Amino acid sequence: MDLVFQYVVAGITYGTIYAIVAIGFNIIYNATGIINFAQGEFVMLGGMTAVTLSGFLPLPLAILGAVAVTLVVGAVIEIVFIRWLHNPSVLRMIIITIGISILARETALHIWGEGVRSLPYFTGTSETSINLGGVYISPQVLWAVGIGAVVVAALTAFFNYTLPGRQMRACSANRDAARLCGVNAKNMVTLSFMLSAAIGAIGGCVVCPITYVQYDSGTPLAIKGFTVAILGGLGNSTAAVGAGMLLGILESFSIWVLPAAYKEAVSIFLLLIILFVRPSGLFGSVEASKLKEF
Amino acid sequence: MRARYIPVVAFTTLIVAIQLATHFTDTGYHLTQLTMTAYYSLLVVGLCMLTGYAGQISIGHAGFFAIGGYFSAYLTTHNLLSQQETAFVSMMKKAGLLAVRPDLYGGEILNVHPWAACLAAILAAVVIAYLVGGPVLKLKGHYLAMATLGFGVIIYRIALGTEFLGAADGISDVPGFPIVSGVDIAGKASLRVVNYYAAWGLVIAGMVVLLNLIHSRVGRALASIHGAEDAAEAMGIPAARYKLHTFVLSAVFASVAGVFLTHYNGGIGPSEASVMKSVRYVAIVAIGGMANLWGALSMSLVLNYLSLRGYFGTYDDAVFGGILILIMLFAPDGLLRRHLLADLKRMVSGGAEGEAP
Repeated sequence: MDLVFQYVVAGITYGTIYAIVAIGFNIIYNATGIINFAQGEFVMLGGMTAVTLSGFLPLPLAILGAVAVTLVVGAVIEIVFIRWLHNPSVLRMIIITIGISILARETALHIWGEGVRSLPYFTGTSETSINLGGVYISPQVLWAVGIGAVVVAALTAFFNYTLPGRQMRACSANRDAARLCGVNAKNMVTLSFMLSAAIGAIGGCVVCPITYVQYDSGTPLAIKGFTVAILGGLGNSTAAVGAGMLLGILESFSIWVLPAAYKEAVSIFLLLIILFVRPSGLFGSVEASKLKEF
Repeated sequence: MRARYIPVVAFTTLIVAIQLATHFTDTGYHLTQLTMTAYYSLLVVGLCMLTGYAGQISIGHAGFFAIGGYFSAYLTTHNLLSQQETAFVSMMKKAGLLAVRPDLYGGEILNVHPWAACLAAILAAVVIAYLVGGPVLKLKGHYLAMATLGFGVIIYRIALGTEFLGAADGISDVPGFPIVSGVDIAGKASLRVVNYYAAWGLVIAGMVVLLNLIHSRVGRALASIHGAEDAAEAMGIPAARYKLHTFVLSAVFASVAGVFLTHYNGGIGPSEASVMKSVRYVAIVAIGGMANLWGALSMSLVLNYLSLRGYFGTYDDAVFGGILILIMLFAPDGLLRRHLLADLKRMVSGGAEGEAP
């Protein structure tokens, strides 16, 4: 029985990072209708930069620095590649963001090489664990889940109670109407890229001590994140958290029945089933999804 | 002679000219990469048919290439000698589907004949394409892209994680493919010129099939589906069936390419199924001009050749990523667009381009 809980804990750890990536997808999707296939690269970039910065900075500063760097990269990507396109087709946007993800990955390869890197544990070491009724939990897992919760709460507050947050929501609901009310829609799109890059970087830093980071760890995360975003219902960030936990736990238990090498395939298989059976997601409204452009 | 065959003749002349040029300058070693290029080009033109003409993106076509390659590689290397008394194997033996060949140490290997393996591989690709294509092609835009990408990743993971497919090492020691006696698809220096012509002959044959298809009723139906699917359906065109058949056709092209390149190289590894390979094929189709078979073919000839010769070095993937972005930013209709076709396309799909977010 304890083993079951241990799997659940592992699932929640991975589920947190999936949820964070999915939230990044949702922010950009809500503001622009674009699925940013390079979302996983923000996570990789955040982790990598933090590892490098932690070489000469204390850990909290290194993480802050990494988030700032990734945020700037997000802004640059939007300004260089997205901002000046007028009504690009969906196919074109898919191909552009895939191209961006390849470039980001290859740049990371040339900067950091093929090595696997990792941050130190925020508190304690890899051996430290907290015993909660027979289940051993690494303090880093608590950090990951805690920071994940803070991010979701902060994001909810941002979208509901701050002016830029509400402007962003207005742009996603009806861009023309928002512009008539004096909202600079283009800046809102840039802001959404910065926000989702920063959130991806935070996720990358938090799980880096447990899952390690490598130049090519972005793409699998993007696929998982997309799965979770769809599973929850595209655009719905609260649902993404639930869906993230669900996928994390499912994956973690899949090792019981299937060889570990197929773990990746499990989530993609789930994605395909969801796409075919209920593209509006588990928690999404079928009617609302019919109005969306894919 | 019909106008559509003029490029066929021109391209055939080019292929012969390249061979003659390498012959007289004694640079025949270039033909090895050019032969491999031909097989990748076969996949590219099939994908161009699907992406450009039927308007359905697939970021998983390396998966079909790998299905063809792995099926053929496994069947032609799996030793059946110990099972030759079983009813199934002896039945296959009587039907002439098995071949005996010496292994590296002089022993005997009994395995499926390459021709039978090739047919089995194509059949497998067709069945899988039907099973996957049915539900996948109901999706649009992001969802279609993600589903086909997902299909590619699943195939990659299976190739990478399955013991009897050699896991990360792949399958090696795949025998040559006998076309007629004396002509083998195999990477031997003595067969270099023969292989070059066999490979490009196959590509040109494939092109003729596709060109005829485009200029037929089917091609016009596909063009109308690409332009406005609802209108096409209203005219009585079964859009779903046409899309599925094009998907299966492009999967057949990919799997045939996989079968022959595997026999030519003598092996296959999981990297052939990687996402990056699929993206590369889409990139080449995009550069050629989405609905331009000759554009895709000539871009494939140039880029695959440069890549295989190692001209891009460690920047190989980055080059394709960069090309992809540049084309989509500045010339979404491709470099080699035919103006007439492009204008026509804009007239038909102009509305759709403007409405999408």
